[in-house]
Amino acid sequence: MTDLAAPPATSIATPPRRLSALMDQSRIRARYRSEARFRSYGLIALGLTTLFLVFLLADIFRNGVPAFWQHHVVLEVTVPREAVTVDGKVDAQSIRAADYFPITRDALKAAIPGIESRSGERTLVRLLSTGAADELRARLAADPSLVGKPVKTRLLLSDDADLYFKQPSADISERAARGIATPNGTTGTVTILSSANDFADDIVRLKQVLTARLRAVETEHARLSRAGGSDSVLQRLRELDEERKELAARVSAPKVAEDLNDKLPSLLVAINGGLVKVTKLEDIRIEGEVLLPLASTADAAPGSWKIVTYAVPASNRKVSDQEVAFLERLKADGKVESAFNTRFFTAGDSREPELAGVRGALMGTALTLLVTLALCLPIGVLAAIYLEEFARKNWFTDIIEININNLAAVPSIVFGLLGLAVFLNFFGLPRSAPLVGGLVLALLVLPTIIIAARAALKAVPPSIKEAALGVGASHQQAVFHHVLPLAMPGIMTGTIIGMAHALGETAPLLMIGMIAFIVDVPQSFTQAATVLPVQIYLWSDLPEQAFQAKTAAAIIVLLMFLFLMNGAAIWLRKRFERRW
Amino acid sequence: MQSVEKGLSMDMATQNASLAQPLAPAVAAPSTKVVARDVNVYYGEKHAIKNVSIDIPDNSVTAFIGPSGCGKSTFLRSINRMNDTIPICRVNGRIELEGQDIYDPRLDVVQLHARVGMVFQKPNPFPKSIYENVAYGPRIHGLAASKTELDEIVQTSLIKAGLFNEVKDRLNDTGTGLSGGQQQRLCIARAIAVSPDVILMDEPCSALDPIATAKVEELIDELRQNFCIIIVTHSMQQAARVSQRTAFFHLGVLVEEGETAQIFTNPQDKRTQDYITGRFG
Repeated sequence: MTDLAAPPATSIATPPRRLSALMDQSRIRARYRSEARFRSYGLIALGLTTLFLVFLLADIFRNGVPAFWQHHVVLEVTVPREAVTVDGKVDAQSIRAADYFPITRDALKAAIPGIESRSGERTLVRLLSTGAADELRARLAADPSLVGKPVKTRLLLSDDADLYFKQPSADISERAARGIATPNGTTGTVTILSSANDFADDIVRLKQVLTARLRAVETEHARLSRAGGSDSVLQRLRELDEERKELAARVSAPKVAEDLNDKLPSLLVAINGGLVKVTKLEDIRIEGEVLLPLASTADAAPGSWKIVTYAVPASNRKVSDQEVAFLERLKADGKVESAFNTRFFTAGDSREPELAGVRGALMGTALTLLVTLALCLPIGVLAAIYLEEFARKNWFTDIIEININNLAAVPSIVFGLLGLAVFLNFFGLPRSAPLVGGLVLALLVLPTIIIAARAALKAVPPSIKEAALGVGASHQQAVFHHVLPLAMPGIMTGTIIGMAHALGETAPLLMIGMIAFIVDVPQSFTQAATVLPVQIYLWSDLPEQAFQAKTAAAIIVLLMFLFLMNGAAIWLRKRFERRW
Repeated sequence: MQSVEKGLSMDMATQNASLAQPLAPAVAAPSTKVVARDVNVYYGEKHAIKNVSIDIPDNSVTAFIGPSGCGKSTFLRSINRMNDTIPICRVNGRIELEGQDIYDPRLDVVQLHARVGMVFQKPNPFPKSIYENVAYGPRIHGLAASKTELDEIVQTSLIKAGLFNEVKDRLNDTGTGLSGGQQQRLCIARAIAVSPDVILMDEPCSALDPIATAKVEELIDELRQNFCIIIVTHSMQQAARVSQRTAFFHLGVLVEEGETAQIFTNPQDKRTQDYITGRFG
């Protein structure tokens, strides 16, 4: 009755003003504008994020995917009985212990006949990885009857050779020659005479390169002389001065013959099945070192021989002209094969990029996360249940709650220091062990899980608990039979997010020594191990170019691991989600 | 222990349902089940229930009516100590269930919950199967020695709650999939499965449509044969329909209590009269 009493008189007087305000189109337009602005902010933010994400993923995949493939030389290798015989016996053990280096070396030499110089031989052998014979060894050990028989096997190439095939250089160009060429030898230093002035263009190009280099030297010289000062600068100035004089002389001299060296672009002549690296260049005649022996000294018809230029000077490359020659020959013979790099997933770390794998880091990660999960899940969930459902609300539990929330924000390296001081120094646990890593990460993840679990428990409607209490369940029965199962999806999600956080953590693990270079794949919780993010950090620091790809590949593996975990989180949530 | 024995005797009683009503003498001369004397309830500083004294008879339905915030639900919840879960709530005075002080510190609250069952305003079945909903109480109290016994308890409870025919083919379906009225009857089945002495109902029909309400009211009337039922309701028509006795609460005070017919036709207090004639509330 009371609410009907005395309606306010003003409401009758106001309508004209209110209506006019409602009719005001400019206010409506302003509201629309504001909404459109807000929407566009959102779209811009989304667009930027997508762009960054796509850029990041594209970069990682572009760099990393090649590392999942590896080049091998496929050769027929015969392992002689005596090479694998120990104490007159041939068994798996003696096969494993044998030295395969001479066998693989001889097999490779047989693949490229005619290499006589010792330096050429050394270069050839260096193309193979130090672990080239691992596959052969494994096959023989598995089936000793193959000893003495020709076995077609893959020999792992070294990282530089592998990279040469993975990054096809646009700097190599070749052209057919016009004249008839006459070589005067098949090995060693040879001279090739052409009936046309096939090499005139190369001389012109060489002069251009020299001129450009002269300019660069002059610019550098001018810059340094302005800077002036210390001895080292003066020293460098003197060097530049000499280089400038030399280059200037070469550029201005009307010399018809030019000397080539490793600092200049390489010029090669492919003739009669061989390859000659030019050291002295004239219009119609070259002098050079034979990289691959020629079949004969017969005249080569126009078009049947080629001039190959490699714009990047040999001194700026990982692979020398000789190595390129060998690799190209092996490739032309169909002996080079690219295959999925299983070793990346089966091997531990190594100083050789082609031998390094993530198995050790993966195992380390798995063991560490296992320890973390085994500690975090029960302790975290039980702590959350106690705090949420049973603990009295007083100043003491308030302090605990505040501290848990604060712990979630503590920088992770602090937990690493704690682990170092407590677990390693006080309890004397082993360094670099997944056990200690797991303990440290458990400290890190525990607050996250407690907070998530409490939120999940709080989200269960109280009516469910009341219903259980109403039929005579004790508080504990009500919580464990009804509230906890309903909170489980949320707890799972929180746990997995916490574990994903732990998976990507590096800093605290550095403090407890999980950054060591560890070749062996860890088998137990107390063996030295490393984890994926630390492995990535380690590899990213190494000078070998091939490790860049390995780094990106390891990042891909880590991301896959993460996606898998998050996928599991989503699946678990969907699976256990219940309506009430 | 007592509730277990009671549960078993109950089952036997329902099995022999065709025989004369085993509790007939009690119907003839209703004994007092719950006695409250000078009960005061405080929520922190707020004095929610003031000096309430009431006798509630067995095998009858007692309705608590009154405007919102008058304390009828609070008083209801203090009869099975459901208020204990609210930290700031204090109760003094004396409430007896069959002569036993329920606020006696030696009394086990969980046992009390089993003896004084509760049905809530919003149907709140467990998000489990219909079977599990009913079987949960008997199981945690160990009322059934075997699976077949448990099946029997579930079946009789569902029959008594008038739900069995509707759900007998889908006992393993989730209880939350039922309609609102069915869910509430499931909750009642769940409450009677542990054979309580008293069933408290806190506005059991306020979330239901009229047809479901009618079914639940019918059920309450049937359950009166075996249980002491206390129902809080906003609807005076409902109180008039289902209850034998009615208590009117206003501002934490029990204003008037008596036979339902007398309260609605011949209220002694002005406030009762104003309320039932719709002057306020």
